[in-house]
Amino acid sequence: MLLGFVVAVVQITAISQVTVFGVAIDISPLLIASVGLLAGSLPGAVFGFCVGLFIDTALVQTLGVTSLLFIAIGYWSGRLRELRDPSHGLVPMAVGAGATAIAVIGFVVLQFMLGVDAPVSWLLLRQIIVTIIVNTLLALPVYALVRRAIRGSLPEDPRRRRRRAYTTGGLSPLQRPSGR
Amino acid sequence: MYDRQVRRRRAVLALLVVVSLILLTAYFGESGGGPFHAVQRGVIQVLSPVQDGASRALKPARDLFGWFGDTFHAKKQVGQLKKQVAAYRQQAVGYQEAIRQNAEYSRLLRLDASGPIAQYQRKTARIVGRSVNNLLRDTIQVNAGSGDGVRLDDAVVAGDGLVGHVSNVAGSTSVITLITDQSSSVQARVLSKAHATRSYPGLLKPSVGNPTDLLMQLIPRTALINNGDFVVTGGSRSGSLDPLYPPGILIGTVRNPSPVSIQTDQQVHVSPAVDLRRLDFVQILTSANGGAGGLRAQVP
Repeated sequence: MLLGFVVAVVQITAISQVTVFGVAIDISPLLIASVGLLAGSLPGAVFGFCVGLFIDTALVQTLGVTSLLFIAIGYWSGRLRELRDPSHGLVPMAVGAGATAIAVIGFVVLQFMLGVDAPVSWLLLRQIIVTIIVNTLLALPVYALVRRAIRGSLPEDPRRRRRRAYTTGGLSPLQRPSGR
Repeated sequence: MYDRQVRRRRAVLALLVVVSLILLTAYFGESGGGPFHAVQRGVIQVLSPVQDGASRALKPARDLFGWFGDTFHAKKQVGQLKKQVAAYRQQAVGYQEAIRQNAEYSRLLRLDASGPIAQYQRKTARIVGRSVNNLLRDTIQVNAGSGDGVRLDDAVVAGDGLVGHVSNVAGSTSVITLITDQSSSVQARVLSKAHATRSYPGLLKPSVGNPTDLLMQLIPRTALINNGDFVVTGGSRSGSLDPLYPPGILIGTVRNPSPVSIQTDQQVHVSPAVDLRRLDFVQILTSANGGAGGLRAQVP
């Protein structure tokens, strides 16, 4: 939760004032997706709800909008880990792209539903696409930083356990029981 | 055991979604003075010093990233600006003469010759936060609030160009809705350079998907508007709930107007005078000298 608070404050005070191709950088969906991918669906959803609520409160926006979207991101990325257990190094990029798409498209749709009177234009679509591309590029470093920050509080990774057992000889299928 | 875990997971998920929907519905339905809004004001009041400190501490990093963008942007603009300077130099000669005449006439008529903003007190405030994305919503948070004389709907400028208006106030912090926010609409006028006595009214709205562009809508079909014409606030309301900006504040300049677009869509594109993405400080027009607060001082 401390990580969420710190990142949200940094996002609001500094990162959102940096623009790339006219689009403000927003790493909060990447943070939620990374936590979901590392910790699972339930922690991801709870973390997403808390960070979303904090952002809505701190920015004096309609409460519940960001938290609703971040619940979806945290839960989805967590379920991806639980069901598929993806091991490819570029998975965080794909998940980051998906998470950003959910965040920006969901935000726009919810704003329209809440009565924002604006036409859907090519420029808006372009801005959404640029946001997704920029966040896809940022996904890997954000994932690495989040993993480093929450490594201590994560449940033990089954893959890491298998790997360690393999290297120490504990569960190696190549080793004969009599040789132990 | 597995079923229990699944049930627990689904129950928590459903609970979070329901809580979010309840918050959304309750917040959307309540007035500005409701409990959720009050809680938000309390939270931003508490967070304001933290955001202020973080904003100062992270300014070098922000500037470093901004430097790259500024360099590319500046190189692109050099040629364009050189041409503009030549044109403005010629105009300046004419304006100097006009200013001299204006001062003379004003003295004769005993009018106050000060500009539209000069009669307001300005409260300079540092930006401590910004909305996380600029899709449809565009707000900033500053470190000045009701304790500094800031009131709801006060106009906000930077370098004499319009930035937006105060949309939420707490004790030591306030939220400013920028003119690029989708909820923003400003009654404005285009000052014709070709015909110095003419101005055309219209409604200034943000351009969806382009935070560096504004749209001046509902202008008269017969308007004669040229590239570089100034757009200033009109000094009247566009709707009963919209903020009232003091008249004559510069908003921006008309960009590449097309006669077809003026006659059919009744709109032109406007480039904001202030670069709203690269602001560190803004000035809030808190109250007219010797008068009551901010914009209300102008309400007839």
